[in-house]
Amino acid sequence: MRIEQHPILTFEKKKEVEFTFDGKKMKGYEGEPIASALHANGVMVLSYSKNSHRARGFYCAIGNCSSCLMTVNGEPNVRVCTEKLREGMVVETQRDRGDLK
Amino acid sequence: MRKTEIAVIGGGPAGLMAALAAAEMGAEVTLVDKNNNLGGQLVKQTHMFFGSEKEHASTRGIDIGKLLAKEAQNHSKIKIMNNSEVIGYYPDDGVIGIEVEEEKFVKLKADKIIIATGASEKFLPFVNNDLPGIYGAGAVQTLMNEHGVVPGNDVLMVGAGNIGLIVSYQLMQAGVNVKAIIDAAPKIGGYLVHASKVARLGVPILTSYSVKAAYPNQITKALERASIWKVDQNWQPIPGTEKVLKVDVLCISVGLSPLAELLWQAGCNMKYVPQLGGHVPTRTNDLETSVTGIYVAGDVAGVEEASSAMIEGRLAGLNAAKSLGYDNGTYEEKHQEALNQLHDLRSGPVGEKIREGISQLVS
Repeated sequence: MRIEQHPILTFEKKKEVEFTFDGKKMKGYEGEPIASALHANGVMVLSYSKNSHRARGFYCAIGNCSSCLMTVNGEPNVRVCTEKLREGMVVETQRDRGDLK
Repeated sequence: MRKTEIAVIGGGPAGLMAALAAAEMGAEVTLVDKNNNLGGQLVKQTHMFFGSEKEHASTRGIDIGKLLAKEAQNHSKIKIMNNSEVIGYYPDDGVIGIEVEEEKFVKLKADKIIIATGASEKFLPFVNNDLPGIYGAGAVQTLMNEHGVVPGNDVLMVGAGNIGLIVSYQLMQAGVNVKAIIDAAPKIGGYLVHASKVARLGVPILTSYSVKAAYPNQITKALERASIWKVDQNWQPIPGTEKVLKVDVLCISVGLSPLAELLWQAGCNMKYVPQLGGHVPTRTNDLETSVTGIYVAGDVAGVEEASSAMIEGRLAGLNAAKSLGYDNGTYEEKHQEALNQLHDLRSGPVGEKIREGISQLVS
């Protein structure tokens, strides 16, 4: 959910872009972290752990903890808490270690 | 390979002040930061700061960050590398490896290095502590104050230190319901001024309480409930005291630990000092580590707060510049002033823990 009104902060409206999450079309703001766009769309589960398949969300939101790794435009292990959203991005839940091409 | 006189790693309060102080003395500085915007964690601090006028007391953290960033951007002696993450330090030849814009690898060689990389949030062990919806308090601050997205509807805050209290208040400013703030300690750790702000708004602050477990929603797999229980004076949980809270967000605010990887790589003498958040480098009073030419400032030198980080930054910047022969005639005065300010900030009962910690590190 986006904050509409805040007593101290104002959030400048950025350009709206479209992206997909596991094939589903979503909207977000250009340049915001992918994780924040997903969260605004109600997506909190970003990946599943390799062995026990436990759901994972982000934890630190500043690129330190690696809890938020997802596959973006085919590339695995992208820290979506810092990776900026761009028009047409293909974002996917990651379920394994991922392969380097 | 790029060359610079002083490399400052980290553009938060400590790094910005270090860069400005060194540049003011006349040294040529390269400030490296992994984020797009400078300011470090100041960019999400909507509250006003205490402390002295010089460290911008009564100004909101977010505005201090902008102010310092602008000053650094406008300074002819400071070169800024943003979106640039330092990924290694090679002690054999003193080269800093930097990934720029996630695609280019740049080597930087500096005569002096100031490491101001800050700290990261600690975690807490309890059943199902890995569920989506369980976030660091700082993460929630980033999501909501920087990006304008609320983390959820109902929050349990774990930790009644200053960060826990301040973030709880900020959650309410963003329209989120804070169900309770709990802390395993028998006393509220943060300043009472922050505690009373949230208490006045009706948020219960439960001391001697810890998290027992978190529970997921079976469909969404994200957090749905959390149970808490009372702990005795030996921090042992007391069965039968459980309370269940319906929350979709659980914020962990149980302290920070220094981001000291580069210091380890550089071979700095490190010591475990719990009062300062973990492994921290031994240093001189002038913030030079055991490796000549490598200075530290801010949370990476010992977790404290932004005002002291700023003064440490200034001190490290002044000394790094001075060691290269730069002095615009004000070094003595500014150096003494910074030492006095740090002394004042750490005096009194609030600074006792910090004083104890630092006394184990200064040679």
